[in-house]
Amino acid sequence: MNDMSRVERQVDTNEIKLECRDCQVYYGDTHAIKDVNVDIEDKTVTAFIGPSGCGKSTFLRCLNRMNDTIDVARVMGSFKLDGEDIYDKRVDPVQLRAKVGMVFQKPNPFPKSIYDNVAYGPRIHGLAKNKAELDEIVEKSLRRGAIWDEVKDRLDAPGTGLSGGQQQRLCIARAVATEPEVLLMDEPCSALDPIATAQVEELIDELRSRYSVVIVTHSMQQAARVSQKTAFFHLGNLVEFGETGQIFTNPEDPRTESYITGRIG
Amino acid sequence: MPILWLFLIVAAISVIGYAMGRSRALQSAGGDIRGLHSLPNFYGANVMLKTVVPAFGLLIIWLLVQPLYVDSQVSGLIPDTAIKEGSSRSLVMAEVRRAASGLDAAVSQGQLPASVARDPNADVAVVTQGLKDAGQVVTSEITQPILNAAQSYTSMNAVGYSVMSVVVILLALAGAAIGWWQTHADYRARNVVEQGVRVLLLAAASIAILTTIGIVLSLVFNTWEFFKLYPASDFFFGTTWSPSFSGRGGSSELGIIPLLWGTFYISIVALLVAVPIGLFAAIYLSEYASPRVRAFAKPLLEVLAGIPTIVYGLFALLTVGPLLLDVFGDNGLGWMKAGTAVMTAGLVMGIMLIPFVSSLSDDIINAVPQAMRDGSYGLGATQSETIRQVVLPAALPGIVGAILLAASRAIGETMIVVLGAGAAARLSLNPFEAMTTVTAKIVSQLTGDADFASPEALVAFALGMTLFILTLGLNVFALYIVRKYREQYE
Amino acid sequence: MTDASMQTPETGRRGTSLTATDERTRKRARAEKRFRLYGIIAIATGLFFLVVLFASILREGIPAFTRTVVSVEFTLTPEQREEAEGTLFKTKAYSDLFIAQLNKELAESGISVDFDEAAIERLLGKVGGTIRAFYTENPDRLGEPIEFDLAASSRVDGYFKGRVSRDTLQDSRFLQLSDLDLVDALKEAGIIKQAFNWPFITGADSGVDNPGGAGIGASVVGSFFMMLVVLVLSLPIGVAASIYLEEFAPQNKFTDLIEVNISNLAAVPSIVFGILGLAVFIQFMHLPQSAPLVGGLVLTLMTLPTIIISTRASLKAVPPSIRDAALGVGASKMQAVFHHVLPLAAPGILTGTIIGLAQALGETAPLLLIGMVGFVARGYPDGFLAGFTEPNSAMPAQIYTWAARADVGFYEKAWGGIIILLMFLLTMNIIAIILRRRFERRW
Repeated sequence: MNDMSRVERQVDTNEIKLECRDCQVYYGDTHAIKDVNVDIEDKTVTAFIGPSGCGKSTFLRCLNRMNDTIDVARVMGSFKLDGEDIYDKRVDPVQLRAKVGMVFQKPNPFPKSIYDNVAYGPRIHGLAKNKAELDEIVEKSLRRGAIWDEVKDRLDAPGTGLSGGQQQRLCIARAVATEPEVLLMDEPCSALDPIATAQVEELIDELRSRYSVVIVTHSMQQAARVSQKTAFFHLGNLVEFGETGQIFTNPEDPRTESYITGRIG
Repeated sequence: MPILWLFLIVAAISVIGYAMGRSRALQSAGGDIRGLHSLPNFYGANVMLKTVVPAFGLLIIWLLVQPLYVDSQVSGLIPDTAIKEGSSRSLVMAEVRRAASGLDAAVSQGQLPASVARDPNADVAVVTQGLKDAGQVVTSEITQPILNAAQSYTSMNAVGYSVMSVVVILLALAGAAIGWWQTHADYRARNVVEQGVRVLLLAAASIAILTTIGIVLSLVFNTWEFFKLYPASDFFFGTTWSPSFSGRGGSSELGIIPLLWGTFYISIVALLVAVPIGLFAAIYLSEYASPRVRAFAKPLLEVLAGIPTIVYGLFALLTVGPLLLDVFGDNGLGWMKAGTAVMTAGLVMGIMLIPFVSSLSDDIINAVPQAMRDGSYGLGATQSETIRQVVLPAALPGIVGAILLAASRAIGETMIVVLGAGAAARLSLNPFEAMTTVTAKIVSQLTGDADFASPEALVAFALGMTLFILTLGLNVFALYIVRKYREQYE
Repeated sequence: MTDASMQTPETGRRGTSLTATDERTRKRARAEKRFRLYGIIAIATGLFFLVVLFASILREGIPAFTRTVVSVEFTLTPEQREEAEGTLFKTKAYSDLFIAQLNKELAESGISVDFDEAAIERLLGKVGGTIRAFYTENPDRLGEPIEFDLAASSRVDGYFKGRVSRDTLQDSRFLQLSDLDLVDALKEAGIIKQAFNWPFITGADSGVDNPGGAGIGASVVGSFFMMLVVLVLSLPIGVAASIYLEEFAPQNKFTDLIEVNISNLAAVPSIVFGILGLAVFIQFMHLPQSAPLVGGLVLTLMTLPTIIISTRASLKAVPPSIRDAALGVGASKMQAVFHHVLPLAAPGILTGTIIGLAQALGETAPLLLIGMVGFVARGYPDGFLAGFTEPNSAMPAQIYTWAARADVGFYEKAWGGIIILLMFLLTMNIIAIILRRRFERRW
């Protein structure tokens, strides 16, 4: 990690998009997330790192209430998106997820055409008035997903027929198409080969100009490459949160250091 | 029951063989079990297998082949002159068999002296009277050729069965002797026995194939007989179904079209009831219901699947039919004339198929990966949007397979239509009219008084053949779709 | 960025509050509720049908378990018997004695009603004959008081159960309107009453014009012998076939053929098995018609695929480590299977077999074709072996026979028969569930 990139990254100081305080998650009797406080900034890539089972994915799923679909999960604490509590009774999780999109570990295109995959979100949210507008959104999203050039001639082909890396970029394009404000990515590259990983990482960096991106990753190199802020989770606790450069070069907590140097994990 | 005795004798030989084989093995090893290749029981089992398997195998084959052989021999004895106009050789043979069994019964009851029963020149009138005294069914006067044929039928069978008994027992003894003679400390009894058991296991598994062959042969053979008496084109394209009752004269019209129409109409009504209810129930149970609701509602719905069809039949006839008649009958809307109708049978069959559709669809919906749902929720879709636009399209092939399986069940269902649909074969669009189906007519043609050799009875086999091919086609196709679907997500 | 040229205005709703709901969101929420409601309606409909089905079975069937009897306590002295036997019409003498006793009991209750012998015969049939037969058989009970429970005729029974009413009754040789006055009087005196219908459970079928006397007992015996055949044949054959397919079968065309056959046979309509039974067992092999043996053979062929499928599932559930462990100590493959895998899979196999048997017990269509319907099972088979070969009926076939008869009185019997059939099925399923609960093992 060189000092140059750190200086460059420190330029980005943005307003806080998502403010999480005293967050707790229980799976049945298991206390999976304990007292986590994190501020996620707009137009910033925030990385969650930590060993397997440390709760980073669980926490990520709290941010757009995906844990609601799991019967035994209970979430407590305050999560504020632009100052509004997302767990408020009046909030429709459906509306929340339109603002806080998500990309998953395994590429999961719907068994539909590439076009329909991307158009799915805009259709259900009513973002397009007519077919021409929808076409435009689809093209724009596929361009932002950096996959337009590869698929523009076969938009009617099934999304499941693409290669793994293409599928994942299609899923990112699909998430972008609903114009989210925050994009959550749960280990988006773990099922991809190195070349596809590089493409997706490049894409994440580009997405930063518009969205607040939160990425869970298993790979410390990836976190160092793409993120400005890094949070280190261990056994359900947030051990350390700060500038990526800071965490990787000069961690405050001995556990962070052990993990980064490969002694735990 | 001589076959039971034969069975017991062979079993006894095998048990003795087991004990002798076991002790001979121990003896050959000097009473030390460690000197044997296999455990002593295997030597006993070896003798036992060699006794039982060939003997019973021969017994079964003999029992199957002898009637065929005797029939063909006796049938050759009947002169062409003895076959009356409008009758056939197979009808006369049925008469011969009846006479033969009647003679046996009459002799054993003492109504007819054995010497008369066996005398080829016996007075036909005396024999007939003897049969009638013994309470045997005699359709007409027994003629001389039939009497002679029946006598040779009886004697050939008697000779056949005694020869069979002797041969089977000799074979059992020979098998036991070979097994016993082979027994020696170095003999690999375990390997031989295990090989034998393996063959028996294979034979058990092959019964499935034998059953299919039996079904196909009995259908094909009798359908062939039917088409010799009744033109196939009239059967497949005839639009009238009006079998004449035997004895009343007049020719039957046996067109399958009205029956197929009734079958399809009732099945469609049934599917219209079962598919929406079953599918929505499956969706609710797999996507919305809490574990408690699921644990309560799913088994209750499946109770419907465990109820025998006769219960549904009675329910259609005595509860649903009258109920529909109250609403749609002459006192209500006036569309319905009687309780038995397409609607009655279709509705009840639909109820029967609800759990069938719902549990199959439930399995199929659960096979759609959770990642698919997560992807949709992650984009801000509601649960119903996810189900309608992602889960159901993904599960569609499987659900189509499930519906086809349900359709095949509906087409093959018998008791509900026999009791609930009526008996009149009709080509009509009114669902409140009585119609009948292929299965219902199979039952009525084969349980009536018609002779098995008449076209009115044989038509049931042609109907059965049609039914078998239809349902088999649907099943094979549906199972293929479902399998393809499962492979996709495995 | 690759889309630098495409800076179109944002179409999303950036900056809107999370709690602000627009028309579209409300519409989507309504659609969601509606969809959920469809599911609830579907399940409610299914359960409603279930309730209606059981309600009508119970409502129509329970009356079959009660019958109407006239119970009169009667003491016949040896002198009275001597006297009666001396008359020309012996049964009439007994009948007169009975009527005298009846009049006495009515008088004791302070009820007066006019009736003649013919009315008694319409109500109770030939009373004299019944009483005489009793004393001929039990001469030693002369002189002691004996309570006679005489079954009332089907129409009187119907009057009690609401099937026959004063408005609908027309005078006939079976019952006259005036007889109902007598019935009411007897009811007031507590002489005619409802009793548990044991003859229905233990008795045999009656003729087509006597619904009152029909019982299901003989057909239960028929079903029992059929199930015995099914159990004895399908369990060993099914287990053997499953062991072969699951443990020994090589991957080849023949194995595939067996597999395809089994899965298809499981879906062949039951009536086709009836055709098979008729053609092979009755026409070709000349086995006796209507015999439980033939019924059992047909149902065996039908049940085999079910048993094979569930047995294979239980064998598959035994983890391979058990087989490896046995093979590791030098057992042969056959020994590993028979000593270890089979005992561990036994509860599952048993459960599957019981469920298969329950299915076979309720099956009707194939029995129609092999002559078990239409045969009037008037008595029990004599002896164990005769139970297999003598013509008999079976429970579902008996129910069908009753349902197909013209006399409405038989419908009640059919519903009652269903209750008995369902009780057998329920018991079998409960046993299967208990077995499964008790021995269920998670590996």
